[in-house]
Amino acid sequence: MNQSVLEPNGAEAERIADLALMLFGGAAIIFFGVMALAAASVWGGVSVRRAIASERMIVAAGIAFPVITLTALLFYSLWLMRANIQGNATPPAGRIEVAAEQWWWRITYVEPDGRRISEANELRLPVGREVELVLTSPDVIHSLWIPAIGGKLDMIPGRTNRMRVSIDGPGIYRGQCAEYCGGPHALMAFDVIALEATEFDAWVRGDVAGGSTETVRGRGIFEESGCGSCHAVRGANASGLVGPDLSRVGGRRTIAAGTLPTSRENLTRFIVDGQSIKPGNLMPPFGLFAAEDVDAISAYLMSLQ
Amino acid sequence: MTSTAERETAELPNPLPRPRDELRRLQAVWAIPEGWRILSAVNNSVIGYFYIGAAFLFFVLAGVLALLMRVQLAVPGNLFLDQESYNQIFTMHGTVMMFLFAVPAVEAMGVLLLPQMLGARDLPFPRLGAFAFWAYLVGGLVFFSTLFFDMAPSGGWFMYPPLTGSRFSPGTGADFWLLGIGFIEISAIAGAIEIIVGVLRTRAPGMSLDKMPIFAWTMLIFAVMIVFAFPAVILATMMLELERAFDWPFFIPDRGGDALLWQHLFWFFGHPEVYIIFLPAAGMVSMIVPTMAATPLVGYRLIVVALIATGFFSFGLWVHHMFTTGIPAMSLGFFSAASMAVSVPSGIQVFSWIATMAAGRLRITAASLFVLGFLFIFTLGGLTGVMVAMVPFDWQAHDTYFVVAHFHYVLVGGMVFPLFAAFYYWAPAFSRRALSERLGKIAFVLMFVGFNIAFFPMHIAGLIGMPRRVYTYPAGLGWETPNLASTIGAFMIAAGVLVFLLDLIRHLRPTVGASAGNVWNAGTLEWLENDVHAARSVPFVESRDPLWEDARLSADVHKGRYYLPGTVTGRRETIVTSAILAEPQYVVRLTGPGWAHLLAAIFTAAFFLLLTVKLVTAAIICGAVAIACVVAWAWDTDSPSAGDVDIGGGIRLPTYAVGAASHSWWAMIILMAVAGALYLSYVFSYLYLWTVRPQDWPPIAPLASHAGWIASAALLCISAAALWASGRSIRAAVPRLWLTVGLTVVGLLTLLLGLGADVASHWLAGLRPQHSGYAALVFTAGFLQAEIVAAVCIMGIFACVRILVGLTDGRRSVVFDNMVLLWGYGLGQGALGLLLTHGFPRLGM
Repeated sequence: MNQSVLEPNGAEAERIADLALMLFGGAAIIFFGVMALAAASVWGGVSVRRAIASERMIVAAGIAFPVITLTALLFYSLWLMRANIQGNATPPAGRIEVAAEQWWWRITYVEPDGRRISEANELRLPVGREVELVLTSPDVIHSLWIPAIGGKLDMIPGRTNRMRVSIDGPGIYRGQCAEYCGGPHALMAFDVIALEATEFDAWVRGDVAGGSTETVRGRGIFEESGCGSCHAVRGANASGLVGPDLSRVGGRRTIAAGTLPTSRENLTRFIVDGQSIKPGNLMPPFGLFAAEDVDAISAYLMSLQ
Repeated sequence: MTSTAERETAELPNPLPRPRDELRRLQAVWAIPEGWRILSAVNNSVIGYFYIGAAFLFFVLAGVLALLMRVQLAVPGNLFLDQESYNQIFTMHGTVMMFLFAVPAVEAMGVLLLPQMLGARDLPFPRLGAFAFWAYLVGGLVFFSTLFFDMAPSGGWFMYPPLTGSRFSPGTGADFWLLGIGFIEISAIAGAIEIIVGVLRTRAPGMSLDKMPIFAWTMLIFAVMIVFAFPAVILATMMLELERAFDWPFFIPDRGGDALLWQHLFWFFGHPEVYIIFLPAAGMVSMIVPTMAATPLVGYRLIVVALIATGFFSFGLWVHHMFTTGIPAMSLGFFSAASMAVSVPSGIQVFSWIATMAAGRLRITAASLFVLGFLFIFTLGGLTGVMVAMVPFDWQAHDTYFVVAHFHYVLVGGMVFPLFAAFYYWAPAFSRRALSERLGKIAFVLMFVGFNIAFFPMHIAGLIGMPRRVYTYPAGLGWETPNLASTIGAFMIAAGVLVFLLDLIRHLRPTVGASAGNVWNAGTLEWLENDVHAARSVPFVESRDPLWEDARLSADVHKGRYYLPGTVTGRRETIVTSAILAEPQYVVRLTGPGWAHLLAAIFTAAFFLLLTVKLVTAAIICGAVAIACVVAWAWDTDSPSAGDVDIGGGIRLPTYAVGAASHSWWAMIILMAVAGALYLSYVFSYLYLWTVRPQDWPPIAPLASHAGWIASAALLCISAAALWASGRSIRAAVPRLWLTVGLTVVGLLTLLLGLGADVASHWLAGLRPQHSGYAALVFTAGFLQAEIVAAVCIMGIFACVRILVGLTDGRRSVVFDNMVLLWGYGLGQGALGLLLTHGFPRLGM
């Protein structure tokens, strides 16, 4: 898993990584050139210093050279941005809505037939298919950033930003909120799982697993305790929209938006005392449960895949 | 070359020997109050010292905050600081470094150095300078101490709403930021006005603009940039505070506001801010390099052009902080081009310094080392700056540690290293002893190596995905090593600063009259032998490095052979010269020590801080006391003419000036430019919000009737007529002062009523500021106009009282003239407001 600009796995990220390497190389050459010139001006011999000490040198190195270099760079970057400047002629092959909320990700997969499948905190993408991410925020400004796929785009209340992504190969990548959004902004991450297109389609349309005999008790406590007033689980008596959708929470790699690996113990920890793990999140601590009851809930949640 | 005998008799303005008690009288009028009364001092040397000391204190405090952050981030998942503490600390680190250290520090260097460097005795408004300093110190200390009460802001130094609105930041932290920083910005503007007038009007005779030291050029451009940049953020803070306190929804998208409006206003200030900090530091380098290389600066004219170009370009690239907000790609291209263009002038300066070092022979002193370190760090920061100006690269790098690395290279490299160079370079001019070269070199090595260990790895941390403003991070992403390195480097920088402090304790012996002197053999005037009155006499300047051109200048100035070797009116004086050629125009008498400006500063600070904690009654009382103090301080600033006086060399100068010759007129014009910049920012906000949310404009919102604007316009016309008539009556051949007073009162009342009619018309139409972003902006016009009207009324009452007691008349008219200037401005602003809020919504109807 990576969150690195330098290990791209999408068309845009690859273009930018190439650009970055070119910029680093050019900057290194210019930097060492300027430093060598400065060193020569201090410690160089008389004739070297005389050559440096002129307004002609200033005009050549300080005006002519940067103007030419920067003009070339500007046109190169405009060329790299050509897709963004021209706009998209073709409709995207898929659409996923991502709403950033303090401090998690509400994700909705929109099927071609208009069906909407709610998920949270883990973004699955089909390999080789261009998908449009529709980015919004209901509260403060956030920013969606998956370095391996491309640059970031802010999620601004009152506005809708659209980002096209395409990913080259299956794999797991990490993304994170890049705009300071208060409180536990540091704990607002997510995993991106790139699946082969057929696998992706099957996953999106797949049913929610869970409900084995082992977890019936947990499901009962989950439903009776009112968890469903904030959380939704498809097929269960739970349709709250305040917190993350839990329909397939057990199948996610992490809980609490990239904060902890998904496990029965961590789910229990979060239910009992989520505030010490992620201070400020909307979920109150549920210390009132007996230990075996919380464990049963966690077992039930783990079974939701 | 003329012979010695000739120049002694013919060339110098004043003959020897000088009268016996001339020097004693000069020292007496400029004397600095002793003991604790030094708090009432206004001499630029004293205030400059205080000012730098305070700025350095905030540098150390904000540096300690940085160390706390580095401890927290040294290892992943650290529990050293909790989330809220970290968020408050990073917010305060940025805010304090930018607003309480960087801008005040360069302003302080200006206050300390400029008069001496320009051959003036002091800055033109000594009490205003002292007021600005005290307001900043009191406000800054209270603001910083909010950290100890867990009341500090935690919204980041950029304070983006909606996060900083009352819904998501209900505490008082954000209010402290908005009112505290807004107030400190006002103090910075006061200092900027003083610096502009000082640089343009109090240079030594002969020091035409093309002979002015580069540092003075940079301070001039610095101050002009403050005048145009700071109003944008003052408006923004005002609007956000109105939103928080009175629910005017400028930035609330659900209610017709827009979150990005803040970003536009903030960065319209915030980007020039970077150059506001950098340019004076570059100016210091342009002074130090020629001295250390013992040769005149190569490329003086190129540097001046580069400085002006930087100031100009820097206002055209604020959007480069917003490349990831989803703004259309074509406009991103424009701002990308502007961002790259601004690096050219910086390059010109870098190569000019290199050329100068090559032209002479650089002595490797502590100051030179800091300059070389600056060249290294700043060049690297400039190159990464070009990278983030490339839009696609910025989409990745924005809001990551790459950017943290970049701007620390630019700001610490571009401003802190030159400032330390300046400390080592100028200390001998203001201390009985120079600082230690050995300790200075140790401090440099620690700071330079530490800086690169701390900040270079941040480039890498950012590229491998670490975002900014995170209080913790998980293990396993490769971020551990760069973060640990950064923490180690940060403590090395701190060690370097400690060595510097040790050096200060051991060697800095502040003095005004007995400094170590020109130990570097520099060529500019601040190295003349100085005392409380600056140089003994004011030299005639014929070159850019006068002390190098004329080896005897220093001695002759000190003997009192140049202009104004004593006091001609028995008061503090300096020569006012023309703006471009520096031809002597008149002798201005300056104010001496006092308490009113100090009390005014304290009560102004109290006014803003009490507002923050919603103690409105107490705040209003403090505000009233502050105004009373300002009036008391202003009362004796307009001295009557003392006739023409002789400054030597056969030059007789008047002691009073009115109109464009008066330095006071210049200050008023600059103040109007500040007000105008504020209002233009407002006009921008109004039109910008219309482009975003046209659906909120009339006819959906109620529109004021025609009667409203007609009544308001009519009242403004009456006010204008009264303005014209009162101006004529005060200068009439047979002045009738009662008529002047009557016309002024009528004019001010109609100005006030014009504002009332405008606001009432919107109110009666049913519009309320809480309705929408549009409605809030309509009432903001009234709010801004009310501020101007209030100021004009106070000045008007002041002028009328002085007319009635015979202190102001048609010849001694500066008080009246200044009021008239602002009055005229208020009429114009009022008319523009009517056009905008009544006319614009009708355009499409």
